[in-house]
Amino acid sequence: MTDLKKTPMPVQDPETRRKNFNEVALGYGEEEAVAEANRCLSCKNAPCVSGCPVGIPISEFIRKIKERKFDEAYEIVSSVSSLPAVCGRVCPQETQCEMQCVRGKKGEPVAIGRLERFLADRRREEKLVAPVPKNGKRVAVVGSGPSGLTCAGDLARKGYDVTVFEALHLAGGVLVYGIPEFRLPKAIVQREIDALEAFGVKIETNVVIGKTLTVDELFEQGFSAVFLGSGAGLPNFMGIEGESLNGVYSANEFLTRSNLMKAYREGSETPIMKGGKVAVVGGGNVAMDAARTALRLGAEKVFLVYRRSMEELPARKEEVEHAAEEGIEFRLLCNPVKILGYEEKSDRKFGFVRGMECVKMALGEKDASGRRRPEPVPGSEFVLDVDTVIMAIGTSPNPLLKNTTEGLATDRRGGIVVDERGLTSRKNVYAGGDAVTGAATVISAMGAGKSAAKAIDEALSKEKNR
Amino acid sequence: MYRIIRKKILNAAVVQMEIEAPLVAAKAKAGQFIILRVDEEGERIPLTVAGTCSEEGTVKIIFQIAGATTYLLSQKREGEFLRDFSGPLGCAARTEGIQKVCLVAGGVGAAIALPVAEAFFRGKADVTAIVGFRSRELVILEEEFRAASDRTFFTTDDGSFGEKGSVTLPLARLLAGGERFDEIFAVGPLVMMKYVVETARPYQIPVTVSMNPIMIDGTGMCGGCRLSLLREGKKIMKFACVDGPDFDGYEVDFDEAIARNRMYAEFERKAYERTCNLFGRAEK
Repeated sequence: MTDLKKTPMPVQDPETRRKNFNEVALGYGEEEAVAEANRCLSCKNAPCVSGCPVGIPISEFIRKIKERKFDEAYEIVSSVSSLPAVCGRVCPQETQCEMQCVRGKKGEPVAIGRLERFLADRRREEKLVAPVPKNGKRVAVVGSGPSGLTCAGDLARKGYDVTVFEALHLAGGVLVYGIPEFRLPKAIVQREIDALEAFGVKIETNVVIGKTLTVDELFEQGFSAVFLGSGAGLPNFMGIEGESLNGVYSANEFLTRSNLMKAYREGSETPIMKGGKVAVVGGGNVAMDAARTALRLGAEKVFLVYRRSMEELPARKEEVEHAAEEGIEFRLLCNPVKILGYEEKSDRKFGFVRGMECVKMALGEKDASGRRRPEPVPGSEFVLDVDTVIMAIGTSPNPLLKNTTEGLATDRRGGIVVDERGLTSRKNVYAGGDAVTGAATVISAMGAGKSAAKAIDEALSKEKNR
Repeated sequence: MYRIIRKKILNAAVVQMEIEAPLVAAKAKAGQFIILRVDEEGERIPLTVAGTCSEEGTVKIIFQIAGATTYLLSQKREGEFLRDFSGPLGCAARTEGIQKVCLVAGGVGAAIALPVAEAFFRGKADVTAIVGFRSRELVILEEEFRAASDRTFFTTDDGSFGEKGSVTLPLARLLAGGERFDEIFAVGPLVMMKYVVETARPYQIPVTVSMNPIMIDGTGMCGGCRLSLLREGKKIMKFACVDGPDFDGYEVDFDEAIARNRMYAEFERKAYERTCNLFGRAEK
């Protein structure tokens, strides 16, 4: 009888890691990987695959690990996924492949994510891939996050001449500006991007589609199809008093300063508020990332303020556990009412945050989402002693593409409307990822990029044959 | 990489550069801005487009040496390269339907006002320009403003050039004398813009102000550039990078913007000193 529990993965000790930005989870070695692979029952119908948004043949690659054929195992993963080292780390496997795992019915499921990561990390120099014959068709991809990179990779494999346009100075989208180093080392993201470039994908940074060039101009330049993977967009604020005070950040700004602009590095010239007491508002993965980043930047205390209870917390369980181990203090069933600032103009700290007034919440009746609606408990207001507040309460779509692309339909929220294949209301314009769904996961964005690549290939092949 | 085609020192603290960036040059309109990084480790800073030459594919920027990044930028020579240069960002200045306009600019804000003045002037509007500086040595773009306006007033704080005092003096005089403009376009220090609004208020002349807050991405993603408008007693949050940079001066909460602008003042002062010391030593 094999073990009911996953083969443990070594992690940095919480006391050590809360002071550094090195990766928290250290990954399996070969022996641990084989041991874990041997827990797999190799079910004939492989239910795990149905849980994977990109359909990786999971039981096949695990079988190769059992046989210690690691290169072959990697080939199986990489034939489907453009970003295995990324997915092995940041996918919510517990609600996807691992949730379907038969082993999970009694004990823990097979650690599929850890095995995927093991294979990707083990990969040495990128093997020189035999160049695919070019088919002479050009496709433009807008945005170099998970959906764009996946779409670009899949199309390049089919012989398309692909150019990715990125608004920022560095490719990677949320993988470089959003997810912190300790959860996804930037060198790993860069390696995935280098691999795509080696395969012939062109990446143009500093090009803001909708400003520098429009979608229509891309067609004029000879691109036959365009994929829009421009991401989640503009950060939301609560609309409470005091959100313009100095020391209040959107999670996007705080994480971008730390990750993309390297404020996390010793001696960095990027300004960011370090130290002090920090409140992060929200309960998703972004909130966990912001809280743990603030801690590592030297905060003496970090509160995570969330209006529902632990049960409803939308972040991955592993991230929540890691955050708690590191000493993040969870203030659940608690909601900000207003942010308080220093009000004396003569005060050196005038205009900066001095605290956040919160109210306690209680869960009432179930709302439309099926979750119990949090309601304020009258008279329970209290002040949280903080000098930095980070709002991690989601984003709204960026109107830039909609405003500059005639005939591009968006829904009530502003998300780009697509059919099941990713086609927008414009001919040969496809979209996927957060620009369509609003803030979601890396893997669901990759799934959308993948199905759009398939649809683009089918549409353009038809045109060719006409 | 983006080549510096020409560089010109406008005064002791203000530098003009023309940067090779054909895609930006083909699109940029008066009032829009770009974001640049000097080098691989540099911060992203927004600068307003001061002019373009689409034949040559160049974009003109004018900046004041005010911190570490602008100091490093000023040290770059013709023929050298900037790491990143992205744009044009933000909305273009609105010029249509305006027949008589008054531009009020202070300090390096003159560099932002000039292309707007030129756009109005080309559009056959009647253009009055009021441009103020601290003193004579800091005057920039004098000839350019004279060429792009029907009437030009200069002021200096110490009276060493033009009229002594602030830009609101000639403006107040013109308004009191019965001059009426379809619009006043003000750009410069926040306090100056605030007082231009107060000067125009009794006459209810529309005032557009150009805001230039702290930014990172310039595409709406970070929200660091947010400011508040007060409309019908309600506070409305706007992002200067995508909703602006131009706003109705009567709505802008200037006191808040002034406070927000100081967020990293201390940090920047230290970074500036470090950078200057570093270079000072290197040059010896």
